[in-house]
Amino acid sequence: MDTQKLIESLTAEQLKTDMPRFDIGDTINVHYRIVEGDKERIQVFQGVLIARRGSGIRESITVRRIVADQGVERVFPLHSPKVAKYEVVRRADARRAKLYFLRDRIGKKRRLRDRRRGMKHVEGMSTVH
Amino acid sequence: MALKLLGQKLGMTRVFNEDGVSVPVTVISVGPCVVTQIKTEETDGYNAVQIGFGELKARNSTMPMIGHDAKAKTAPKRLHREFRTDDVSSYELGQQLGVDLLEQFAFVDVAGTSKGKGFAGVMKRHNFAGQEASHGVERKHRSAGSIGGHATNRGTGPKVKKGKKMAGQMGNERVSVRSLEVVKVDADQGLLLVKGSVPGANKGFVEISEPSRLYIGKAAKQKAKAG
Repeated sequence: MDTQKLIESLTAEQLKTDMPRFDIGDTINVHYRIVEGDKERIQVFQGVLIARRGSGIRESITVRRIVADQGVERVFPLHSPKVAKYEVVRRADARRAKLYFLRDRIGKKRRLRDRRRGMKHVEGMSTVH
Repeated sequence: MALKLLGQKLGMTRVFNEDGVSVPVTVISVGPCVVTQIKTEETDGYNAVQIGFGELKARNSTMPMIGHDAKAKTAPKRLHREFRTDDVSSYELGQQLGVDLLEQFAFVDVAGTSKGKGFAGVMKRHNFAGQEASHGVERKHRSAGSIGGHATNRGTGPKVKKGKKMAGQMGNERVSVRSLEVVKVDADQGLLLVKGSVPGANKGFVEISEPSRLYIGKAAKQKAKAG
């Protein structure tokens, strides 16, 4: 077997298969497991998905939100077992793959357009990758 | 010294452990190694097992080596290495040694040939700071500076001390990394996953051996695994 495929096959079982479909610009909820001592609780981080990078088990997402007027970005390994689940809150229209320009925007300009282009494509879109 | 196996570095990836932490791993295809010679106290003066690994066309081998490997009833092998062991009675000529032998270890040592960097200057090779960008420095920005003024091996003297760090060949030498954690052993596919990086390029040959020495914490883990 091709070496690269062989290496990918080693991590195949750790890839998540039950993820909803989300694209750049969508507002998502990331349910993150936090272990405190022997107790475990879930923390929800809601924000705009501004970047997605890597592939396979290396893939990670960057989620940006505004906390107390301060921009906060968190990077999650997409397939991390620490992420309990992902939820799509709002779909938005983004014309580029990385929304780093949002970092320079202030106030209402931060908001992205709702996804109107090709709504059909949104409705008929599969919810799973 | 004890058990040693030969393998080929395939590449790196990462796995999530049970705590959900991402662990960088190197994938090594180990063996199957063939026992090509058994050395004993009587015949050779010491006890050791010689293993062969890697495919090699007969026309690229030499007659002595073909004959040597034929004694173990195997095709000529590319690499031969030996490891010492007190008791060679459990090994026999032509025996196949696979990655499953490593399952008993929580840690392994890995040695390989590092990637060659060619003739490298002191900044790349020895992490020297170089010299200033301006303030009168001309064409010497990456030089080592003075090499005199240091003690020689016999106190002070006119010569430069032996082993003075200078520019020269970097890489393409044997490098060992000790006590790498064994993350997974896949006996079906003959794969070994160790935590961290391993010297050499992908497809490079590496030697995997029983850990020669472990720190106290790691030794305890090894003991727990061995039961």
